[in-house]
Amino acid sequence: MVLRVENEELRNLSLSGHVGFDSLPDQLVNKSTSQGFCFNILCVGETGIGKSTLMDTLFNTKFESDPATHNEPGVRLKARSYELQESNVRLKLTIVDTVGFGDQINKDDSYKPIVEYIDAQFEAYLQEELKIKRSLFNYHDTRIHACLYFIAPTGHSLKSLDLVTMKKLDSKVNIIPIIAKADTIAKNELHKFKSKIMSELVSNGVQIYQFPTDEETVAEINATMSVHLPFAVVGSTEEVKIGNKMAKARQYPWGVVQVENENHCDFVKLREMLIRVNMEDLREQTHTRHYELYRRCKLEEMGFKDTDPDSKPFSLQETYEAKRNEFLGELQKKEEEMRQMFVMRVKEKEAELKEAEKELHEKFDLLKRTHQEEKKKVEDKKKELEEEVNNFQKKKAAAQLLQSQAQQSGAQQTKKDKDKKNASFT
Amino acid sequence: MDPLRQSSPGSSRPSSPRTPPCEMFDYVGIEAVLDQLKIKAMKMGFEFNIMVVGQSGLGKSTMVNTLFKSKVWKSNIPNLGTPTPQTLKLHSVTHIIEEKGVKLKLTVTDTPGFGDQINNDKCWDPILGYINEQYERYLQEEILITRQRHIPDTRVHCCVYFVPPTGHCLRPLDIEFLQRLCRAVNVVPVIARADSLTIEERETFRQRIQHNLRSHCIEVYPQKSLDEDTNDRILNSKIRDRIPFAVVGADREHLVNGKCVLGRKTKWGIIEVENMAHCEFPLLRDLLIRSHLQDLKDITHNVHYENYRVCRLNESHLLPQGPGWVNLAPTPAGRPATPRSLKVCQQAQDDAKDEAY
Repeated sequence: MVLRVENEELRNLSLSGHVGFDSLPDQLVNKSTSQGFCFNILCVGETGIGKSTLMDTLFNTKFESDPATHNEPGVRLKARSYELQESNVRLKLTIVDTVGFGDQINKDDSYKPIVEYIDAQFEAYLQEELKIKRSLFNYHDTRIHACLYFIAPTGHSLKSLDLVTMKKLDSKVNIIPIIAKADTIAKNELHKFKSKIMSELVSNGVQIYQFPTDEETVAEINATMSVHLPFAVVGSTEEVKIGNKMAKARQYPWGVVQVENENHCDFVKLREMLIRVNMEDLREQTHTRHYELYRRCKLEEMGFKDTDPDSKPFSLQETYEAKRNEFLGELQKKEEEMRQMFVMRVKEKEAELKEAEKELHEKFDLLKRTHQEEKKKVEDKKKELEEEVNNFQKKKAAAQLLQSQAQQSGAQQTKKDKDKKNASFT
Repeated sequence: MDPLRQSSPGSSRPSSPRTPPCEMFDYVGIEAVLDQLKIKAMKMGFEFNIMVVGQSGLGKSTMVNTLFKSKVWKSNIPNLGTPTPQTLKLHSVTHIIEEKGVKLKLTVTDTPGFGDQINNDKCWDPILGYINEQYERYLQEEILITRQRHIPDTRVHCCVYFVPPTGHCLRPLDIEFLQRLCRAVNVVPVIARADSLTIEERETFRQRIQHNLRSHCIEVYPQKSLDEDTNDRILNSKIRDRIPFAVVGADREHLVNGKCVLGRKTKWGIIEVENMAHCEFPLLRDLLIRSHLQDLKDITHNVHYENYRVCRLNESHLLPQGPGWVNLAPTPAGRPATPRSLKVCQQAQDDAKDEAY
């Protein structure tokens, strides 16, 4: 008999000296650094709106890519992974691009490939998690942590395609809306545009990513930045000389738009929010909120429940056994059906073949008979012919005889005549 | 925080077709994610569960108090009147301790009565049962449909096994217990009450214990088969050389050379706990708390818990195991699942062969 007594006194103990577990956060960080980090960004926006350029500008590097054409028949997602390293932090960055978004004439199904891709990444993670022998700590996480939605700088409001797509994506991924190519909008128009967009999002119930404000260290900066949503960004990888420094900018005849100048655009804010302040929170939200939602829906779809109506905990085993039996039963049924169909087909084929055999036999008999008859006819004709030939021979013989007789008698007659003549002379 | 500056802005060179490394031209700020991680971790707090196993009177409670510099256990000098417990009762106590803003929820599980009976057969069963029950609890939480954001972690991260300082070698009880427990949890064996052994006796005792462990294929923490790279191996080999640590626990302070130190006062001197020349307590403390705490938790989560999960999902059903077949049978009552890890034994045999050369 074993008696186990658990005494849960959660009281705060005071320490009388330095124990040393204040190094725990460092231990944790060292572990994570040696493993490296994963970060996956999805860029949704029309072709030519500046997605690739913005990515290049954000991460200060030139990712290899050719600009997409406008002739894509449908929306497809192109994922590219890169390894970035800064001091001792290794980041495995995956950038997923929507190629052909907004190019089709009929855009009803434009959002579907995007939703499917996001779900596929969740599914892959779920499959790994449900495996018996799994290796989650080694797993290359491909779930999308942040979705940058590029809004075209029309200056009016959101397009209906934007609203529909964002509504479909908001429960699956952290959406950060940004206004692309913001150097085409004047400052006063920009302010109106932003408020119009935000009010449209709110009135349509689109849930975009909320920068966390529950921790003192980041609450302030997050709160001030949230006011500027959606960020109006300009991307550029070309450098222009400004003052005595080179800075990333776009040069126009009427002036130079500096990317990192907060008066010109919100690029710096986007970089702060996306990378320097909230990267970890984005990853955590993806895992604890969006992925859990997907997992819950998927498992419920498969028929699992936590408790049944009598509030007795269901064991996964029972449901699984039931499902398994069902599945096996179906398998058996299918097997039976297939077997029966096979037998039937064999019978049919057999019958057909028998028929064909019979026909062949009949044909053979018929042919044989015909052959016999022909043979007989030919034989008859042969006989006739022979008779004729015989007759002819006989006639010929008779005729020859007569001829020879006639000759003889003729000769006799001539002789007689001659004699007569001769006699007359005498 | 050195910005990576390139002399010439080159384009990225793909080194592998899947993930080409890219050269960045200027500082981006990716390493800020480390600070973000730290802030999050500190906000959430840490958990650590430790179990101490050994016969009564070996100084387990004192050791825990010394390790965490607080009265984790109220002093429990047993009264002479109370009979020794007839059964093994596990006794857990949880505290929250804080140091420099880092909150740690510490759970210490004691095992009074271990090895105290006349017949100690299967005295490890309740302990194994407790460990597996924690794994089971975590597993049940993990497979729920609606799970909690942060599953409370009650799994035992480390088990400190107190070896009585006989000076000879490991006893059969020790060997049996260690064999079974090393497969389920991280075990750190220590020589208790090491002040009864001289330095030379300690060394020979240590060598004998290491030999015993090797010949019985017992892999204590840090496990050789779980070293990730050469750095780890070098670091852990140094630790493995000194296992088991010869420790002395004390919770009283005495004045030595004008300083107040923790120690045991005897007629022939004061044994200072934190003095490396006197005992190896600092090594134990550093291993458990200052350098390998996170590693202990990670190995518990990634190796021991996964082993338990695999066994649990495989047992008692001869189902074809394809990917995604999750099969959970209710635990047969009282039978702790003992996962088989043959790799551990083979590795140990290989090591024995290597060392023979």
